[in-house]
Parts: sequence; structure tokens; C-alpha cells
Amino acid sequence: MRKYSVFAVAREAMRSHKGWEQQWTSPEPRSSYDVIIIGGGGHGLGAAYYLAKEHGITNVAVIEKGWLGGGNTGRNTTIIRSNYLYEESMDIYEHSLKLWEGLSQDLNYNVMYSPRGVMMLSHNTHDMQSFKRHINANRLYGIDNEWLTPEEAKKFCPPLDISKTARYPINGAALQKRGGTARHDAVAWGYARAASDRGVHIIQNTEVTGIRRGPNGEVTGIETNRGFIGAKKIGVSAAGHSSVVMQMADVRVPLTSNPLQALVSEPLKPIFPCVVMSNTVHAYISQSDKGELVIGAGTDQYHSYSQTGGLQIITHTLDAICELFPIFRRVKMMRQWGGITDNTPDRSAIQSVTPVPNLFVNCGWGTGGFKATPGSANLFAWLIAKGEPHRLAQGLTLDRFRTGRLIDEAAAAAVAH
Amino acid sequence: MLLIHCPYCRDDRSELEFRWAGEAHIARPEQISEISDEAFSEYFFMRDNTKGIAWERWRHIHGCGRFFNAIRDTVSDKFLLTYKAGLPRQPVPGTETAGVETVEGGAA
Amino acid sequence: MTSYRIKGAGRLTPARTARFTFDGKIYTALEGDTVASALLANGVHLMGRSFKYHRPRGILSAGAEEPNALLDVARDAARRQPNVRASVQEVFDGAIIQSQNRWPTLGFDISSINNLLSPFFAAGFYYKTFMWPREAWAKLYEPIIRRAAGLGVAPKEEDPDHYANRFAHCDVLVAGAGAAGLTAALSAAETGASVILVDERAEVGGALLFDTSVTINGQSGYDWAQGVLVKLAAMPNVRVLTRTTVFGYYNHNFIGLVERVTDHMPRPDKLLPRERLWQVRAKKVVLATGAIERHMVFANNDRPGILLASAARMYLNHYGVAVGSRIGVYTAHDSAYEAAIDLKKAGVEIAAIVDCRAKPGDAVVSAARNLGIEVLTGYSVIDTAGRLRISSMTVARNSSTNHRKIAVDALLMSGGWTPSVHLFSQSRGKLKFDAENQRFLPNIYAENSISVGACNGTDDLNALLTEASAAGGGSVSVSGDSAFTWTGGMIGAAEGAGKDTTVKAFVDFQHDVTAKDIRLAVREGMHSIEHIKRFTTNGMASDQGKLSNMHGLAIAAEVLGKEIPQVGLTTFRAPYTPVTYGTLIAHSRGDLFDPARKTPLHAELTKAGAEFEDVGNWKRAWYFPRRGEDMHAAVNRECRTAREVAGIFDASTLGKIEVVGPDAAKFLNLMYTNAWDNLKPGKCRYGIMTREDGFVYDDGVVGRLAEDRFHVTTTTGGAPRVLHHMEDYLHTEFPDLKVWLTSTTEQWAVIAVQGPKAREIIEPLVEGLDLSSEAFPHMSVAECTVMGVPARLFRVSFTGEVGYEVNVPADYGASVWKAIWERGEALGACLYGTETMHVLRAEKGYIIVGQDTDGTVTPDDAGYGWAVSKKKTDFVGIRGLKRPDLMRSGRKQLVGLLTADPLEVLEEGGQIVADPNEPKPMTMLGHVTSAYWSENLGRSIAIALVADGRARMGQTVYIPMKDKTIAATVSDMVFFDKEGGRIHG
Repeated sequence: MRKYSVFAVAREAMRSHKGWEQQWTSPEPRSSYDVIIIGGGGHGLGAAYYLAKEHGITNVAVIEKGWLGGGNTGRNTTIIRSNYLYEESMDIYEHSLKLWEGLSQDLNYNVMYSPRGVMMLSHNTHDMQSFKRHINANRLYGIDNEWLTPEEAKKFCPPLDISKTARYPINGAALQKRGGTARHDAVAWGYARAASDRGVHIIQNTEVTGIRRGPNGEVTGIETNRGFIGAKKIGVSAAGHSSVVMQMADVRVPLTSNPLQALVSEPLKPIFPCVVMSNTVHAYISQSDKGELVIGAGTDQYHSYSQTGGLQIITHTLDAICELFPIFRRVKMMRQWGGITDNTPDRSAIQSVTPVPNLFVNCGWGTGGFKATPGSANLFAWLIAKGEPHRLAQGLTLDRFRTGRLIDEAAAAAVAH
Repeated sequence: MLLIHCPYCRDDRSELEFRWAGEAHIARPEQISEISDEAFSEYFFMRDNTKGIAWERWRHIHGCGRFFNAIRDTVSDKFLLTYKAGLPRQPVPGTETAGVETVEGGAA
Repeated sequence: MTSYRIKGAGRLTPARTARFTFDGKIYTALEGDTVASALLANGVHLMGRSFKYHRPRGILSAGAEEPNALLDVARDAARRQPNVRASVQEVFDGAIIQSQNRWPTLGFDISSINNLLSPFFAAGFYYKTFMWPREAWAKLYEPIIRRAAGLGVAPKEEDPDHYANRFAHCDVLVAGAGAAGLTAALSAAETGASVILVDERAEVGGALLFDTSVTINGQSGYDWAQGVLVKLAAMPNVRVLTRTTVFGYYNHNFIGLVERVTDHMPRPDKLLPRERLWQVRAKKVVLATGAIERHMVFANNDRPGILLASAARMYLNHYGVAVGSRIGVYTAHDSAYEAAIDLKKAGVEIAAIVDCRAKPGDAVVSAARNLGIEVLTGYSVIDTAGRLRISSMTVARNSSTNHRKIAVDALLMSGGWTPSVHLFSQSRGKLKFDAENQRFLPNIYAENSISVGACNGTDDLNALLTEASAAGGGSVSVSGDSAFTWTGGMIGAAEGAGKDTTVKAFVDFQHDVTAKDIRLAVREGMHSIEHIKRFTTNGMASDQGKLSNMHGLAIAAEVLGKEIPQVGLTTFRAPYTPVTYGTLIAHSRGDLFDPARKTPLHAELTKAGAEFEDVGNWKRAWYFPRRGEDMHAAVNRECRTAREVAGIFDASTLGKIEVVGPDAAKFLNLMYTNAWDNLKPGKCRYGIMTREDGFVYDDGVVGRLAEDRFHVTTTTGGAPRVLHHMEDYLHTEFPDLKVWLTSTTEQWAVIAVQGPKAREIIEPLVEGLDLSSEAFPHMSVAECTVMGVPARLFRVSFTGEVGYEVNVPADYGASVWKAIWERGEALGACLYGTETMHVLRAEKGYIIVGQDTDGTVTPDDAGYGWAVSKKKTDFVGIRGLKRPDLMRSGRKQLVGLLTADPLEVLEEGGQIVADPNEPKPMTMLGHVTSAYWSENLGRSIAIALVADGRARMGQTVYIPMKDKTIAATVSDMVFFDKEGGRIHG
């Protein structure tokens, strides 16, 4: 792999960029692999990368139905944070955040991780109690998260309206300074390039139509629109389509797929320095490097695979944004889109062995999957390689739905991003 | 925004009047206290989450207040049928996928 | 300054002028001008700078597709709008217009250095560098990139304008009022159907506004269009909305429109909204959205003065403006000839028509040549010159190296026409590729809609009119004629784009994406059109690829050696053109953003000086400060007074559900963990509700009024979901039960009177009831009258004192409140709010669901195991409670905490550990759920969820804070009146 650097860019600039090679190759599939990952998003590509890098398993294929990074990886609002409440959540999101901090260097691909701070607004006593519970838990766990007064919040994010006369006045905020954003496409491409370099096959435009099982019920490979491909192990990392893929192995999972919408404004000169979220009024917003205000809207209420949703979801979100930031009322929405989130009953992810031998699943990241990408990929690779969960992901198994040991992040936050 | 036919009001109304209420025809086990942990997990948590034709429940919460069932294509979001609660799982209406019909039946 | 206004051309009235400033300079326009036509009339082409290289840019189009001329248009300081298309915004008198993305001036922009550095800034270069040192991306590189990027400057002040919202239904919605849309609308309207006809421009006519060679029904196309408009406007079943954009096509024919109401007016009536959102549910949608002309992709095709041929025609034929004085044309399509012909006839010099095709349409060529225009077929423009305005074009015969420089001050381009399938595609219709004409056309419809005219690929005028008439559902007699039949068109890089990788041949103007960028993306392995788009940002600018998408696709396909449909097409997303947030939110702001719920006593509470807090949607009285009191002092006084005398509290927000019917008790048995059969009429019981999972969902006191009637109370926030939950079970699981549920939350005003003198306060006001503890003990309920008002009186307590909750119909609430307060005040009682309520209940260890519990707490965890019936064979939650994790030992349980320092009040949300010296990550036992200063006890108290808490009684635990560690002893949850005698007093 040709190393990326400022020198390489300069050299190529002198010769019209004719020397760049393909970032990843698109080989013909082999007849079988040690591991097949179904789903070429950030989680799947990352898992393949870490299988190769950390576990020495390089006979790996990532099978993607469409174009890699085309699912939720390329559709989210790129927020990164780790200030979750429960230990199980803190474990995995903090693991992820630490990987984010060095990801560009590890992959030799600028994923533009930008710790510009994620600020969550508190509007009432209940919010305050909940945020302080988070802040204290995070601090004792070694995760940064601090309480700001309304004035401090305004200083951190000048467009914020902190007047007492607002419909939902702000009584403080929780700030994770290490939280921020990253460039979503770069994550998929960076992992793809690094995985491809280590021998992983990235196979796009290939739809899995079945999972073949052996005499003992174990997986033996996948049926695709390009024929059968054998596999000793299969990892499913198909986000919104997890239920569909798992059904091919007769495994039911506790998921509901919902459309989640987002929108961006026309590009503006820098006006918004951080990420702001409000659970009470249901809004979150940041500004991209291109200058667009990136706004996450809510999920549509019904289960759907349509990647579209209702206008009322968008308008409701903008109601909230303009309530928090009245100066944005003349700003214009440039593009809206939708993704399909896979939501669990406790709004925490699933990373687990399954009743089917050698079939592993990574799903249920709901609206929080992007920030988890490196951590989830890293621990999913461990799970596939070792056949049992890593210490940091032990709470995420499917068994919790039998025992009742849920990780109820839903109870703690209405909008879990 | 969806347009939903309430089988009780017999009218097409905007989605704003309705609340989605999960997959349909998941009956609460009769002797629920006797079932296994696995069976409880299956009943309470596991879902088909079908891509394609799905049976689901809605409530006309800002209307007549009734729960009812629907058959909807979760890829196109088109409703194929809505019918009253208490009726058994209805078959997918023929090949006509655009129109919305109503099955009358005993209210629950 | 030379005026480029052509006498006798165009349709504007010369007498009606407007003045505006552009970058501080005053210009005169005619009423009806767009900013673009007005500036062009003054010879100004330079209107903006590109996003990345800051190249000088001029107006490119005459419509919504404009990528270059984005301006900042202001009425005053607060009414300033960035990123306005000069080709769309109508001039109004007094407009203050400025260029964007340049410093210090539009003519001299420092950042244009980027253009020189552009070899470094190839597509996706930022993914390959700026990685060292690690912190430098966010601290150094990113801020520089952010400052350079962006376009307009966001408003700094709150928008003083207001916006409106309307919902509408119609039989037929027609998008676009060109020849096809007008015909379809008329056809539909004549059948009696209700019709909404929408067009984004100020005037109807669409392409007829510039295409003066068309006649319909014997009239000029423009006159015919205005005639149809008059006819439609007179029909009661038709609504015509001009200056209105169909921006979004949503599920089930739900259509979003934005109507620009005042932005063209010099002094709009303050009562008018600036813009109006229309949300239309249409039975049928006719898409008559036309087509957009494409530019040609060749070297330096972006200089000011280079624009679309149809735009030049629009500026001439509608606005009466010539876009130059010596104009060249570079085309691959016949339509550009008509622009040259019209300009020539208007007296403008045409330097040459350069047609990259060997065989253009004979008719247009001979017509041009007959006017003396030089036509070069099989030639291409391979370069242009000119810094802030094009000065020449370099022309060469295809595949030849000989070239010739021709001086021009404007260059018109046409690569042919792209059908506007945006809305069709938004509706999730499936497109097909028309290989012959190199375009995507509607194929399979997902909604009840139909495309007609140019957006459907119907080029022939009479075919278009027939198709449109049929689509309307009726039949209009209409036929037309046009001077020329157009042929030709190309997509992808033209001859002059060069095969090499140094030429800047722009595909996406705003984002500075060139043909070589697309090729680079493919070379780097971006083989899906979505990857190419994202890697190069082609089509992601504010015009959303209206001009660039097809070119980008064709170039990619060529490099990949694939057919265009194999490479794919990016998805079209709403909105068609950007929509103001203010319009989308319309009335939902301030108080209407989320209307506050106020109790029937709100006015009384306000008069009494209450401070309020938000609890869900409710405004609740928080505390009642007296002169000089802060919150702490007020709450201390209220707490003391309530226990010493009495306190009066507005409890109206409590959720209330009337459960009625012969099976009411049976139903409650299923819905609550407690048993209800044995509750006698006239008695109350505290109930706990779980869902099937066994976790506490809600709680409240339930009073039985009769065998078949219960008055159920819920938490303030829980009322709607508890009712929904109950209805769900009643409709679907227990439909045979004869029970009816009614929400009565807002039916009753609830006045809680608590304290030793509670009875004395209300006794004289209550009629028909013996209030003595013997006759009406704690946990009783009765119907009676209070001051003659029918009432439900509860003897319940959330304070541990003697307590009554007086329920009267909401309309009587205020007068009963006043009467009770009059007596209470005389006896030395106080009013208290939610804060005192919280303290008093915590002193007694009463929990608040949602504060002391979250979604992981069982009744037993909360210390309410006794409320779970052991006898019932079924209730919702019975099985969930028996799951392994809910039965295990060591679960977190609610207990009391007493700090070692009695003056120390713990922080709610503080985390509890056993070993304060454990290194991070520490093992957390639980957290503080409630913590208060108790004035009555003279010390702090707290409630906490602690692992194995009840087994830790008397043990010391620690709450490490940021700056100190607080020690506390685990205790019983009842801190005050442990024997509980006061409640019965």
C-alpha cells in the first residue's frame, strides 16, 4: 500500500495525480474463506481489518449488497461521544473513543476525527438529575464529562439561546470535550483500504440470499447472487437489515428497524463550533467542515426499510433547533435523507454468539452506531476470532433478553446519539 | 406522512392521528406465569421485523382511540389492508397493492 | 456604464424601476427583474466566487439550477438571507445585495490563491494528509479548512419575519405551469376536479417565457399561457400558486410546497408571512416539471460571461437584456441556435456558433447562416480566456491541433436538456435510461402520479399537449407549432475537456469538481456513482447536481468502460431547492413550539407569587418565595409550616383515569401488581404498575368509589402512556372484560391540604361528610360537595401528615382554591410547590417513579415487594419478575443515606462506591436518586439505589465528587416520624 502523506500528495500534484493506486481492490470471490463478514459498513470493514491486524486472520471477505459504506455509515450525522451511563455502555463507547483518537494514524487515512465537544442541554430538574448521574458515573469510570452553567454553555456555543423566557429554558449542560465528529465516508474507505492491504477481500454489489448450514447446524457458507461462497465463520454486521440476514439462519433477534432522518443546511461560514444535543426538545446539531449545519431528526414511529420518512419528523426537529438557536430561522435546508436503524428494546447493542455454531452477530446499534464503529469492529473481530466476547463486550450478548439483565440506556436518554 | 385507513372510522386519516403499536398477532401466552425464560424472551422481545409484507398494529389514538391491525409493505410503506382488532391474521389482498380495503368484523 | 437593456425586447415595463445596491454600488432595475437580469442589464456578470478555488464566477442560468451566483440579499440587518440565487430572487426597491465567499472584494479575492495551489487540492486530498501530528487536525488544519469553506454568512440576529403553514387537499396537484402543466391543469379543472397548479416562477409559462418561436392555438406561447391562467384563476375549483416550489414528494402523495409571499415586495405588509408552507395531500399528482439545460464540459468553462444558451434567451426574450455584445455559442444541441438567432435579430453580434457535432439539425443551421452567423460544425471550444469576464474562446476543429482564438464577451453553452425527474424520483418511482437520448426517464410509478412533457421525455409540442390533456383526466383542445424541431445533446466531457489530467473543465461549478477529479476518483477505486459523488463532492453543492449529475455519471462511465445505467444514478433527495427553516417550522415557535399545559389553578398560583418549573409539558408551581426569600429559604419555610400547621398544594397534574364497569376490579388486578378485589368502596390503595418485563412503570393511589368504579391516579408524566398501556391490554388481550377507561386528568382540579390543621381548614367547606378519623380515616375516598360543588374527597397523604386531596370539576377549581387558602392563611398554613412536596415525601421515604426508579427497578428493589400480590395467578409483569436477573441477589435496592456531615447535601446523581480509593474505573454500587436539606430534621437526607442496599444498613459508603469524597451511612428510607402516627392524627 502506498503510504498517504503530505509528501505523497505533493509528489502527485507534480504529476497530475496519475500515480495514485486503487484504495481497495475488488477481487473475484474465492470459493471459501475463514471468515465472511456480511455487511460492508464501517463495523463490518473494521471487523475485517482488526481480524487481519490483531488476530492474524486474513482469509476474510466482506460481502456488501450495494456499495461499501452505503448504509448507515454514509447516512449518519457523525457524532462521537462516550459519556453513556451504564458500565457496559461506557466500556464499549470509551474503547471506541480511544480508537477514534488514533484512527487516522492507524489507518493512514484522515478520518477527520474532530474533538470539538459534545454538549447535551439540560432543560429541567429531571434532565439535571440524569446528566449529573451520567457525569458522576463517567468521572468515576475515567471518562470526561462535565457540568456547565447556562452561561458557560453559551460561552462554549455562542448561538445558543439561554434566555429564561424560552419555552424550555436551559438550566445547564453536560459537556464531553473529547466528543465530536468525524468524516463518515472516510471511515469506511479508510478501513476498506487498510483491510484490503492486509489481504481482505472486499466484495461489493453482492447480495447474500441464504446462509448454508452443515450437519451439526453450523454455518458452512453463504448463498449469494454470484453463487455459493464457503465460510468457516460468519459475522453478521448488517445494521438495519440484521433481522433479514439472521432469518436466513433461522435466528430471531429483538430488533425493530425504523427510518431515521437527517438533514443539512446550505453551506455557511463557521458559526457553530461544537455538537449540541437536547433530549427534551429532541434535536442535535453540528456544522460540517464544508459549512453545512448537520441536523439529526427523529425516527419515524413505524417499522420500515424504506430509507425515507415523513416531513413531520423534519419539521418537528427544526422546530426544536430554531427554538434553541433562533438565529437559524433564515437558514435553509438543502438536503434531507433517511437511514434504517436497528433498535433493541433497551437501546443497547447486541454483539453475540448465536444459537447457530460459528455464526456471530453485531447489531442493534440503533441511532448510535457511528460513534461505536472502531470499538464495535475491534471487539466483534475478537468475538469472531476467539468465539467468545471480549471482556468489554460481555454485557452485550443476546442472553440478556432471557435473563432480564438489560442495559437500559433508553431509560436514561430519550435521544440516544 | 402516511395516509391510514381506520377500519373503525372508515376513513383515511393522516398519520399524525395514529400511533404505531408493534407487530400484530403476538398473543400473550395464556398461562404466562408458567412459561420458560426462553418462551418469555421470545414473546416479549423477539420480533420478525419483516422486510416486505408485515402484519402490524396501529392505534387511532387521536381519533376513535381503537387499536386495529394492518398489512403493510415495509419496503414501499404501502398499506395493503387494515382490519379490526380481534380478527384473525388476514391474507394479503390479491394482486392489487395500491388500494386500501377494509374488512369489517366483530370489534374486540 | 453601458446598458445591455435592448429596446423593444422583453416583457418588463420600462417606466417601473427599482434601485438596489450590489457590493455597495447603486444599480437600477426594472420591476420584474431578477437580481441576475438587473445586473446583466448593467453589464455585470461577476457575481460570486467558487467554493474551493475561489474562482470568479458569473451567472450561469436563469432559474433554480443556478450554482454560481449565490448572493447575500438583505432588507435590513435582521432580514438578511445568505446563499440567494440571483436568477430566482426578484429585485425589490431598496435591496442590499452583497457577494459572498470573497475577501476583501469580489474582484480581488485573496483566497483565489487556492486556484494556483489547486494541483495539491485534488479531489479527496484531505483524506491523505493532515494526519501528523495527531492533534493538529482539529487544532490547526481543520479550522483553516472550515474558514475557507462555507459560502454565505449565517444570520446573526433572530429573524423578525413570520411564516405561515396551510394544509390542503386536492384531486389533482400539477407541478409546473409550462405548456404541459397548464394544459393538464385546465383539463383536470374542466372535469370539476379540485386542482392546485404550482410554479416556481413569478409568471406561468415555463419554457414559453423564453421560447418565443412557439405558438399554441394560434397565439404566441406566452400569450396562450397567460390566457389559460386567466381562465384557471376564474374557476372556483382551481388554486394557482406562483412563486411556489414543490420541494418534496413524500409518502402517499403528501406534497410539500413553499410559497414565497413577500420576498419580491419593496415594503411588504407586516401582516403577511414571508413564506408559506403548504402541505398538500393530492389524490393524483401531475408532474410537469420540464427539463434543465446542461452546460458543456470543456477547459475553463466557468469564466463569468459563460452561461447556458436558454438562460441568455430568457434574459433577452423575457427581461429584454442582452448578456453580451459579442457572443459566442458552444453547443451540442439545436436549441442553442435559437438563442443565437434571437440575439442576432435583436441586434447583438454573434461571433460564431461552435457545434461539436458533425451533423446538427439542418433547419437551425441554415436559419443561423441565413442571418449571417458563422456556424462551425465539428468544432469545439477548447479553452477560454479572461480573468473576471470571458474575453475570448479558443476554437479547434475536432481531432485537429489547429486552433483559432475568437474574441467574445459572452459564451452560450448547451449540452442538451436533462428531464427534471427529481420529484418523480423522490416519490420513489423507478427511472429507466433512454440510451438514444442519453437521459433518464420515469418508468415505474410508486404513487398515483404521472409525468408529462419535457420531464417525461416528450419533446414534440403536440405530443406533449395531448399527453398533458389526457393526464388531467379531461380533454382540452389544444395544438401548437414551433419553428424548429430540436435534435442533439451530449453528456460527459466535451472535446475541449482534454483527455489529460491538468485541464480544469468544470462539471460541478459550485464545488469546483472537474472532469479530471471524476477520473481521479475512478482511478482510486471509487467505482460506484455514490462513491464518486462523495469522494469528489460532485452534485453535493446547494444546487444538488441539477447541472452536474449527468455529466459526472457519463465521465465515470466512460472511464470505467461501462454503460451509464450500470454505474447507477445517485438518489434525488428533497428538497428540490433549499427551504427556509422558518418556513418549515411556520407557527411552531415560542409558546406554540410546544404549548405548555397549565392547571386550572395556574392563575391563582401566579397571583400568589409562585415560581414555576417544567415537568413534562406542565408548568408546575415550584415554590412560593416571600419577599426577600431565595428558593432555599422559601422551601425551608414551606416544609416547616406544612408539618407544623398545614400546607396547600396544587396536585391537579396528577394523571387520573376513571375505570368503570362490572369487570373493573378484575381489570385492575391484571394491570397492577396489587390485588384489588378486596378493596372496599370508599377506600384507597397505593398501586404499583409494571409492564410484562416486571420493572416499575408507574404508581399511584387508586380509590374505589363503587363496586364498578375506580378513580385511578398516575404520575404526572405517566398519565398518557399508562392510559395507552391500559387501552392496549383492554382492546387486544382482555377484550372480553367489560371495562371502560376515560382520561379525567383535566376534568378535576386537585387541591391537596396536608398537615396537622388540614382537617380544620377544609371541614367547614365540606358538606355531607363526617371528616373525623373514625368515620373517614387515612386512605378513604368519598363523593360529597365542597362549597356546593360536587367533589371527590380523598384522605391521602404524600407528606406523612393528615392529608386531604379535594377533587372538584376544573372550572370550580379556582374558587374552591381561594376559599381553602382563605381559611388556611388565617390558620397559619402556607402554599407549597413541587420542591417542598419532594422534600416532605423524601422525609417519609415515599418514592417518585422516574426519579428514584428508572426502567431497571423492580417493585422489590424499590422496597415495595409487599405490593406484589403473591396470590394472583396473573397480572402484567408476573412472568417478567421471575426472570433470573430479576431474582438474583445483589440487585440495587432503594435505601436511605445519611451523610456523615449532616450539613452536607448530596448531589442527585452522585455515584456510590464502597472503596473510595479504588483506582478508576471504579466499582459503582449505585447512585443518589433524591437528596435534600430537611429543615424539619435539621440535616440532609438522601435516597439511593445501592447494590444489596438493604443488607448494608448502617454501613458507610462513599460518594466521590469532583473535589471531595463524601461519606454516608446506609439507613432506612423513612427519616421522619418513623412510627407513622402523624398521618392518622
